Amino acid sequence: MGESKQVLIENKKSNDQKIKAGEVEVFIMGKSYKVPAGLTIMKALEYAGYRFIRGCGCRAGFCGACSTVYRIEDEQKLGFDLACQKVVEDKMYLVQLPFVPAAKAEYDIEKIEPTDTTLIEMYPEIARCVSCNTCTKSCPQDIETMKYIQMAVRGDIERCAELSFDCIQCGLCAMRCPADIKHYHLAQLARILRGKYLDPKSKNLAKRLKEVDQRKFDDEIAKLMKMSKKDIMELYKKRKIEAEEEGDLGGD
Amino acid sequence: MIDGYPDYMIESIKKVEKKRYYNMKHPVKPMSMNERQEMLSKYHPDFMKGTRRELKIGVDKGQVFYNGIVDLLEAAPILNPKDVDLTKIDYDVDLLIIGGGGAGTVAALFAHESGVPIAKILIVTKLRHGDANSMMAQGGIQAADRPNDSPALHYLDIYGGGHFTNKPELARSLALDAPGIINWHENLGVMYDRQDDGEFQELSGGGTCRNRMHSCKDYSGMEIMRNIRDRARNLEIPVLEFAPIAELIMDDKGQVAGAVAFNLETYEYYVIRAKATILATGGSGRLHLSNYPTTNHYGATGDGLVMAYHVGANLRDLDTIQIHPTGDAFPEPIVGILSTEKIRGLGAIPLNKNGDPFVFPLEPRDVESASLIRECKEGRGIVTPTGMPGLWLDTPMIEIKHGEGTIATKLAGEVRKFKRFGIDMTKHPILVYPTLHYQNGGVEINEKCETLISGLFAAGEVSGGVHGKNRLMGNSLLDFNVFGRRAGIYAAKYIKKAKVGKLTLNHLDKYNKMLEKAGIKPNKTAPIILPEYRGEMAISRSLDIF
Repeated sequence: MGESKQVLIENKKSNDQKIKAGEVEVFIMGKSYKVPAGLTIMKALEYAGYRFIRGCGCRAGFCGACSTVYRIEDEQKLGFDLACQKVVEDKMYLVQLPFVPAAKAEYDIEKIEPTDTTLIEMYPEIARCVSCNTCTKSCPQDIETMKYIQMAVRGDIERCAELSFDCIQCGLCAMRCPADIKHYHLAQLARILRGKYLDPKSKNLAKRLKEVDQRKFDDEIAKLMKMSKKDIMELYKKRKIEAEEEGDLGGD
Repeated sequence: MIDGYPDYMIESIKKVEKKRYYNMKHPVKPMSMNERQEMLSKYHPDFMKGTRRELKIGVDKGQVFYNGIVDLLEAAPILNPKDVDLTKIDYDVDLLIIGGGGAGTVAALFAHESGVPIAKILIVTKLRHGDANSMMAQGGIQAADRPNDSPALHYLDIYGGGHFTNKPELARSLALDAPGIINWHENLGVMYDRQDDGEFQELSGGGTCRNRMHSCKDYSGMEIMRNIRDRARNLEIPVLEFAPIAELIMDDKGQVAGAVAFNLETYEYYVIRAKATILATGGSGRLHLSNYPTTNHYGATGDGLVMAYHVGANLRDLDTIQIHPTGDAFPEPIVGILSTEKIRGLGAIPLNKNGDPFVFPLEPRDVESASLIRECKEGRGIVTPTGMPGLWLDTPMIEIKHGEGTIATKLAGEVRKFKRFGIDMTKHPILVYPTLHYQNGGVEINEKCETLISGLFAAGEVSGGVHGKNRLMGNSLLDFNVFGRRAGIYAAKYIKKAKVGKLTLNHLDKYNKMLEKAGIKPNKTAPIILPEYRGEMAISRSLDIF
């Protein structure tokens, strides 16, 4: 802490212009910029003149490209968040984490089996978890990261998959872990094992697949394709809408 | 200030609250077909004057496309052929896949299954593998697999939803391949939402006559994309990241024979020779057509359209865009980001600044959007501190209708998004305005994903014809799986007989001459690769001296 404190003070001195109302001062990798208040970290960097190549993907909190580590001046704690979601604060020191070196286990999903020890065999380092909870504290999605690692240690694939479901694979957990666990890779394996082997399968789908293979619908669709525009419009208008009876709608 | 809203918005929210129960009891009725048409023609950007114009050059000369698309097609090719030495091949492969999103990854997996060796496949992508709109899709994926449903009904929905402008054979492929895709996902281990008996929880969406939306909570695209990407990583399919393609390469027989990649970090170019090339570059939301904000990812700049057009492939249906009615309008950091249609599906009603309803909440996307635009144009919207118009979507209605806690369980991702900005959507409405969501058209393909040019295949959002002039919800995740798979399979077949001739970039010289002949003096180049979001001050002082 002593050393970084010195750097912070140095930068403070070098900044001689005063901050205007509605502005905040941020330090991009230690260098001072003044940006409008209310911007996300991502938009603040762009405002300052940075053009992203790395550290920017979906810009909506789904892809995990823009994980960012920050510390507000004179604060004890480091903060962790997504640059596209977190709004800048005055005297925020920022560094982006454009890549996480964390090896993924390689496996053939057809050959592995979902036993109590599959996860720990593929990622033996999870046994070194000291339950410090640093992973959980660094997760921008507020996932109970340490808890799902504990589930993995116990061999509970199902719970591990469920608890980790909202993971955007930004890698902040793996960068912070004192036991060098690759949480997000392990969680991916847990979800695949659950989806492939543990969740019950759909009988309706199996039946429909057979029908498609037997070309049951080909003639009907061919008939629709040959219809005049007027006829098919009529048919379309007359469809019975299942949801109107139930009032339960989904979609994106 | 309550929640994250400024005082003048709170005044308006008070009106919303006062009329909440009344509004729930007195819903606006759906429009007739004629009323819908009138609303669209007056207020949807597809019908507005000045949003689109005729293209002056190339195979689609005379067609009307959105201005932003025509601007790119009438720009000079970004690459100067003289700068590239085509005699030195950096990557010599059977199959080049341009784009590391859903379509590209699925294509790679199926090309491999169809016999193309791993080492002879190369995925190149602008950003990281998986940085794509595929990752962001929330709602789900359609497939007709329930007993009361059929692929024929799905076909009818697709075709009618596209205003009967789709290529029928592509709509057929989309409907008929769908159950097989879900089965493939099951075998890959995608965690779909299921009932206790293993059957899928299937919801409906605007424009679908049966409940056939398969979902993975509100992270459907992410769950599918990260799963297929993991599969590709296990197989060690080569991926070149941060290396957008600048232009396609042709050979002396007029076939597409690879591409020139550009390393964003070192500024080097790489020559890639390939027997077949699959274009899977995705959409173009970041062009901000008609000045809309967008739900799309950072790299969605329509590059594929431009490079395909430069080699002579034709485009279609780019005279329409899909604007989603409920993009976020406030706070500023999330402007344009999607608030899922499910919110209205669960009972939230759009309201104006006086707290009054003005449209049936579940009109088709284009009609719903046009109604929101009208309301703002006529002065009944709420204007945000940054000048953005918006309308309330009264989310607390959901808790009244379905019980407390419904929002937390069914819209977890949405709650997380607003909570970051101090807005509790269970207690207060959210502010929305239409946002640019999807590129309906693109490079025309057939059922084998072939384009007009030999050696060039296309799949996913970059392609045109599947959805005609309007895509239905749940059909884009399906699209990249169905046509990514087909592109991989048919490209693998094509590769077996393909012979590449002498490489050339002559088509770019020809394109420049064509521009000259048409009297166009481009001051821009295309493709643009990434959007420009730097601050005006920073750009105005930027020097090109280093």
